[in-house]
Amino acid sequence: MSATTRTPTTPESRTASRSARLLGDRRLPVLVTAGLFLAMYIAGLGRYQNYGFGEPQVFLNLFIDNSYLLVAAVGATFVIMSGGIDLSVGSVIGFTTMLTAWLVEDVGLPLLLVVPISLGVGAFGGFLMGYVIHNFEIQPFIVTLAGLFLFRGLCLVISKESIAITDSAVSTLAETRIPLGLGDLSIGAVVALVVLGVAFYVLHYTRFGRRVYAIGGNEQSALLMGLPLGGTKIAVYTMSGFCSALAGLLFMLYIQSGDPLHAVGMELDAIAAVVIGGTLLTGGSGYVLGTLFGVLVLGLIKSIIQFEGTLSSWWTKIATGVLLCAFILVQRAMTARKKT
Amino acid sequence: MTTPTRWRALTRHHLFWPVAVLVALLLVNVPFTPGFFAIHMTNGHLYGSLVSIVLFGSPLILVAVGMTLVIATGGIDLSVGAVVAITGALTCSYISDQADQNSLSGVFLAMGIGLVAAVVCGLWNGFLVARMGIQPIIATLIIMVAGRGVAQLITDGQIITINSDPYQLIGGGYWLTLPFSIFVVAAVVAVTVALTRRTALGLLVEAVGGNAEASRLVGIRSRRIKIMVYVFCALCAGIAGLMISSNTSAADGNNAGLWIELDAILAVVIGGTSLLGGRFSIGGTVIGALVIQTLTTTIYTIGVPTQTNLVFKAAVVIVVCLLQSPKFRAKVFGARARSAAPAEPAAVADAAPKMEVS
Repeated sequence: MSATTRTPTTPESRTASRSARLLGDRRLPVLVTAGLFLAMYIAGLGRYQNYGFGEPQVFLNLFIDNSYLLVAAVGATFVIMSGGIDLSVGSVIGFTTMLTAWLVEDVGLPLLLVVPISLGVGAFGGFLMGYVIHNFEIQPFIVTLAGLFLFRGLCLVISKESIAITDSAVSTLAETRIPLGLGDLSIGAVVALVVLGVAFYVLHYTRFGRRVYAIGGNEQSALLMGLPLGGTKIAVYTMSGFCSALAGLLFMLYIQSGDPLHAVGMELDAIAAVVIGGTLLTGGSGYVLGTLFGVLVLGLIKSIIQFEGTLSSWWTKIATGVLLCAFILVQRAMTARKKT
Repeated sequence: MTTPTRWRALTRHHLFWPVAVLVALLLVNVPFTPGFFAIHMTNGHLYGSLVSIVLFGSPLILVAVGMTLVIATGGIDLSVGAVVAITGALTCSYISDQADQNSLSGVFLAMGIGLVAAVVCGLWNGFLVARMGIQPIIATLIIMVAGRGVAQLITDGQIITINSDPYQLIGGGYWLTLPFSIFVVAAVVAVTVALTRRTALGLLVEAVGGNAEASRLVGIRSRRIKIMVYVFCALCAGIAGLMISSNTSAADGNNAGLWIELDAILAVVIGGTSLLGGRFSIGGTVIGALVIQTLTTTIYTIGVPTQTNLVFKAAVVIVVCLLQSPKFRAKVFGARARSAAPAEPAAVADAAPKMEVS
């Protein structure tokens, strides 16, 4: 736990009832999300047991099918934790699929060279946005909105048509499965889990992570404490750009094509996952593991809709919206509690 | 002596830069399309590039005008695109269910249902923002995410096409030689300007945007004002939804009004309304929306591949925001910056409210 995430014990909260103390616990949203995930999973087990819902591979598929979302959401967690927002996530993902597909297929560069180029471009885009946000004091919302337009436009500049990837290195990577005894994971899922682990370490156990919390908690105080405000902010957006580009690579592996309309609106999925995972949108409070559960819940909604068969895909959007609403209200109840 | 002062007064006017950009964009077209400003009469309807810019820009103007008031209170409404889709979907599905799609009463009822749904969305947003105290970006994100799902639910995932002449008038019809939608937009803008500038309402909105708590303490019902602007914004989006679905005679839950919230915010920003709230300019917003529509048209007419449209928009967002940023002006136009340098603490104080918004 970092220093900024401890709730001060006021005399009132000591006398408050147990439920009130529980409401004040910052881990509550994560626990609620984890509980929700479990409940949904168990409900799914009961309902679709005969259709093979209980197989371990169905569970592992949650990681495989949502690897890119997990990586993007981890990047978004850092930005939101610092009190900002990044709307360019979906566009950067789309642009990365397009750029890699174009470089591999039309230019003919080896994948080994294309991967660092793509990651570098994504990180540089994030750096630029962070630079503008910090140095010119323009709201993150509007700067990353410009990023959204820019990267989506650049996708279309590369090509209006989707580019199928037939490169053997890509298909080998995409088809590689890592056996886990009960089932297997794709390369993408493993990369996503590694990213999650690194993010967990960085956010909760390093100086940089504490700075992110501090800036999200109160930027003025962080500045007065002498924290390197600009450097941290720019680093956060650079990381988000990097994560988005990495998510784009995973998405490209998953879908084996580049398309200018890939991942439209995925920034909303990422933000929703972060919120459902219990990170406060005002910044300064939350856990990376919460984001993992947020992504898993969203993934499970999709799986359940698939298993249900009669439900249409738009129910995903409605369910996501309802969950988002519920968790925002929970957060609100908690922050209202804290203020009194 | 008087000419420079007058020039200076002119350039200082808040509409100067938006109008200058608009005029410059319009002029760019002339070398590429010689008869760009020509307007001719065919079958009693006026046609011409200028008319079509206003016609195609109508829904955007409507949404942007509603968005202006929301932004003036220091909020933002991301749900307008989804509201456009919901209104269009409800109205079209109601009309398509009717035996006689041309019956006037049926069309009015359908439009009423669509607009009521829009108002409900606005009430919900307003409730979350004003009563529950949730950040506007987040509160409106809910309908932005779920709304398109609801719209697709209404249309059953299909694109509903209708064949109703009275309904087609709103978005595609002509009246008194001009596209009917221009009259709708003019009416909405006139009512908005009258309400905000001829009554104290505009002042109250700006007061709430300047400092919601202070305005509450001096006796302004800031919550009620906030709910009102979200309802108004959703209503504008609903009318835009009617217009869009009427123009294409179809409701598409997935694509109707896609990205319109972003264009609307852009229009508001170009028009000179600060995203921090506290002041607004309806005239600026209308011009901002026209700038965006002209930009789109220009890109089409000068033969730049249309897909670069978004890149241009991104450039415009960045340039406009940089020009509005005091820090950027201080750094780039150095001379004035040095005289402003001692005011550094003030700049920090100014920066404080920004963080709440972001």
